[in-house]
Amino acid sequence: MPTIHVTDRKGEERTLQSSDGNSIMQVIRESGFGDIAAICAGVCSCSTCHIYVDPAFIDSLPPMSGDEDDLLDITGTRLENSRLACQIKFVDALDGLRVTVAPED
Amino acid sequence: MQEVDVLVVGAGQAGVQVVSALRSGDFAGSIGLVTDQTSAPYELPPLSKDYLKGERPFRRMMLRSPAFWTQHDIALRRGKAVTSIDPDAHCVGLTDGTSIGYGRLVWAAGGYPRNLTCSGADLLGVHPVRTRRDVLSLRRDFERAAHVAVIGGGYIGLEVAAAANQAGKSVVIIEALGRVLSRVAGETLSRFYEAEHRARGVEIRTGARVSHLVGEEGRVRGVALGDGHVVKADVVVVGIGIDPAVGPLLAAGAKGGNGVEVDEFCRTSLPDIFAAGDVAAHVNRFAGDRVVRLESVQNANDQANVVARTILGDPKPYEATPWFWSNQYDLKLQTVGLSTDHDEAIIRGDPLSRSFSIAYFKNDRIVAFDCVNAMRDYAQGRGLLLRRGLDRSRLADPGIPLKEL
Repeated sequence: MPTIHVTDRKGEERTLQSSDGNSIMQVIRESGFGDIAAICAGVCSCSTCHIYVDPAFIDSLPPMSGDEDDLLDITGTRLENSRLACQIKFVDALDGLRVTVAPED
Repeated sequence: MQEVDVLVVGAGQAGVQVVSALRSGDFAGSIGLVTDQTSAPYELPPLSKDYLKGERPFRRMMLRSPAFWTQHDIALRRGKAVTSIDPDAHCVGLTDGTSIGYGRLVWAAGGYPRNLTCSGADLLGVHPVRTRRDVLSLRRDFERAAHVAVIGGGYIGLEVAAAANQAGKSVVIIEALGRVLSRVAGETLSRFYEAEHRARGVEIRTGARVSHLVGEEGRVRGVALGDGHVVKADVVVVGIGIDPAVGPLLAAGAKGGNGVEVDEFCRTSLPDIFAAGDVAAHVNRFAGDRVVRLESVQNANDQANVVARTILGDPKPYEATPWFWSNQYDLKLQTVGLSTDHDEAIIRGDPLSRSFSIAYFKNDRIVAFDCVNAMRDYAQGRGLLLRRGLDRSRLADPGIPLKEL
């Protein structure tokens, strides 16, 4: 079962596991850790599941859609490695992924 | 009597965000969360979309994991409604006869779907769409229904119509006013959505008054209109708005009427009682400083954060930008700002291309954008809100990015 290492806004880290093809947003939210709002319920309509992804994994991630790109622009905290967690399916190839929950706007 | 430092009533988006933000802000006091629902707290938007279609399991709608409540020491009491508030004694009475004392009370009880008042409104097969229970019951009737009538052409009605159409039902939307979405959008957007629904075979009857519902053996069979026509229906979905759930608050003396009045810190007129979400009538700068209630996830979430910050002793007034979304078929509508009462609308792009946006003005001030399959305009339009004197011809040119205006 692939694992993901999540750092929350307070700098606390937790290792989570999931096997059923959830998005990273769902993995984090269902764990009860990380306090990710994801208020549009994961349909790529807001930017409240903004995370930073370990640059080592950037190339293994699915490409970013235009909508995701535009929504990330709304956040005042976008970096090179910003993604919306609802847009990344948590698959075996991402085992060991490190992500950090971005600050709230 | 049980007592908590903060008691939150309602476990929708607003109520859950209040308790979540309090714990994130290291609030160390005791927290209680009371909901009249028996399900674990969940998101409402999927109810009229993928949950109705059976494409999203309930566990993917839960606002927080089951572990969250114990991890964060939140006493969640389900299946109990608050029926009375004693603001002097700082306590509330519940449906089961018990009382809970509070230091601060946060009222986030949402609203009740309006029902029809005509005869036949209580027939089997007539459904509101507000709670998980409503939609579970609607889904059961959907399975054997061929003809679906949707009363009310607002966002809920249109989303349900889209889902029913995609499930192969014959669908008729019955709208009392002259166009769908008339309360929330300009005419261009209304006509666009009417055309999209009609192109898929949905019938839309605007300016249609419902006379009564026709039943057979206790079950609905049709909707009789004012002009005598009867719309055949095995299922009737009623999407004609909500009434804010503020009865106990108003009875306790809080100022309000349509909702409960709150100030910029979401405080009601009663001491130590806050309100957030659908119930909160507030002055909104995006509505020209008029008092409004906003029924949206954005408003619920952001007002909840305002309440939490006030309780945490770090108050910040509510001034968040309103935004909203609605997904129907392959159309993704994103709205930013409030277009109510606009006096001018500029269209960017061609609606026939199914990717366009509409800029709304009021007294030369840009107040909102409706963006259909046009996320970039939504993202960039936000920065233009409340500006005056924008060049209309450049605004109307979709080749010029909004951020360059």
